Amino acid sequence: MCLAVPGKIIELFTTTSMKMGKVDFGGVMREVCLEAVPESKVGDYVIVHAGFALNILSEKEAQDTLAAFRELEEAEFNLDNNEDFTTLD
Amino acid sequence: MRYLEEFRDAELVQNILSKINRTVKHPWVIMEICGGQTHSIMQHGIDQLLPAEIELVHGPGCPVCVTSLELVDKALSIASRPNVIFCSFGDMLRVPGSQGDLFSVKAAGGHVRIVYSPLDAVKIAQQNPDKEVVFFAIGFETTAPANAMSVLYAQSLGLRNYSILVSHVTVPPAMHAILGSSTNRVQGFLAAGHVCSVMGYHQYHSISQKYNIPIVVTGFEPLDLLNGILMTVELLEAGTPKVQNAYSRVVSEAGNIPAQAMIKRVFQDCDRNWRGIGFIPQSGWELRPEYSRFDAEKRFEVENIQTRESEICISGQILQGIKKPYQCPAFGKMCTPQNPLGATMVSSEGTCAAYYRYARLEMEEHHE
Repeated sequence: MCLAVPGKIIELFTTTSMKMGKVDFGGVMREVCLEAVPESKVGDYVIVHAGFALNILSEKEAQDTLAAFRELEEAEFNLDNNEDFTTLD
Repeated sequence: MRYLEEFRDAELVQNILSKINRTVKHPWVIMEICGGQTHSIMQHGIDQLLPAEIELVHGPGCPVCVTSLELVDKALSIASRPNVIFCSFGDMLRVPGSQGDLFSVKAAGGHVRIVYSPLDAVKIAQQNPDKEVVFFAIGFETTAPANAMSVLYAQSLGLRNYSILVSHVTVPPAMHAILGSSTNRVQGFLAAGHVCSVMGYHQYHSISQKYNIPIVVTGFEPLDLLNGILMTVELLEAGTPKVQNAYSRVVSEAGNIPAQAMIKRVFQDCDRNWRGIGFIPQSGWELRPEYSRFDAEKRFEVENIQTRESEICISGQILQGIKKPYQCPAFGKMCTPQNPLGATMVSSEGTCAAYYRYARLEMEEHHE
């Protein structure tokens, strides 16, 4: 029920003084209310729940998080190599 | 889809899983609050990937499940009226009232419509000026801004035929109810990411301190869920309970201020009965008096509601993480998604419905 999906703003418009946007969800277009994200602009990714944008997705935070997950692998690789080295010793 | 698929990457899942395996030393019970997370955990088999030390229990964060029987009965009564178009999220149609559900009202000729957004219900009211259009405004903090917006939008359009039947509930009082119970098993919480995207997570610091429990704001994709679990386990093993954010691309400490302002403008705190759990003081929102003309409970006099629940159903204990679905004698037999007896089987996000759909091993063992 509380699911919300990221989509990219393609177009901005106004309906009865309400800020709206046309949002692309991987090829599926929907009209979304942008009243709670007044600073949103075309090209931004917004998190949408029940036709309503909850927030603008931070693309920087998304990239940083994924980079941290990739570093875990490197950390483990180093750990494994050290273990091998220790065994050889 | 961008920003979904990246967070389902199988290699990165392995990275986090190995880190969890290296970190965990003791058995821990962790609860995810949100029904959407329960569904995602079952769908992706995350509970089966985790080391045996970590037990996930599933919280009460399914608004379809916890909407009180009394309100469901009121919805059925209002939807049965000939001049009413009753609009609802699809999940609510199968929820059993004391007698029948919204599907049976629709089958008997009632005007019941499924909408994707409460704003669609406002459009239906615009297009049908001779009908009363009622929206079943259920939900947690995530859904409240959209529901509030529908009232403000109807007001700006000057509509007199739109109202909402409000069943809003809020997460922090439910966490207090679970942690304060003598039967509590929960040692760490995954806080509901989209609730926090609206409300922020500043309000969880006091809960974490009071009950000495880690609370990690968590998203919905496999990497998000595993990262939330990893951070919770790290805090538990280190003995340093506090609040952390594992969903920073969507959630900030303060949350969305314009959305909170919309909620405050339209709603005020109220007591709520949670289906399966019972009365929790100041655990929901109702319309402020200045918006009472949009209140379906006031617009339609609904009396003589006498609720009747199944005597077998143990959904209350399941919603608090005390029991698992396969411990219920009716699970998968008398009680199925097609014929639900109680709260946790009615919505696809309910714990029992998720266990039924994704056929958990425990269920097979139970049947053998």
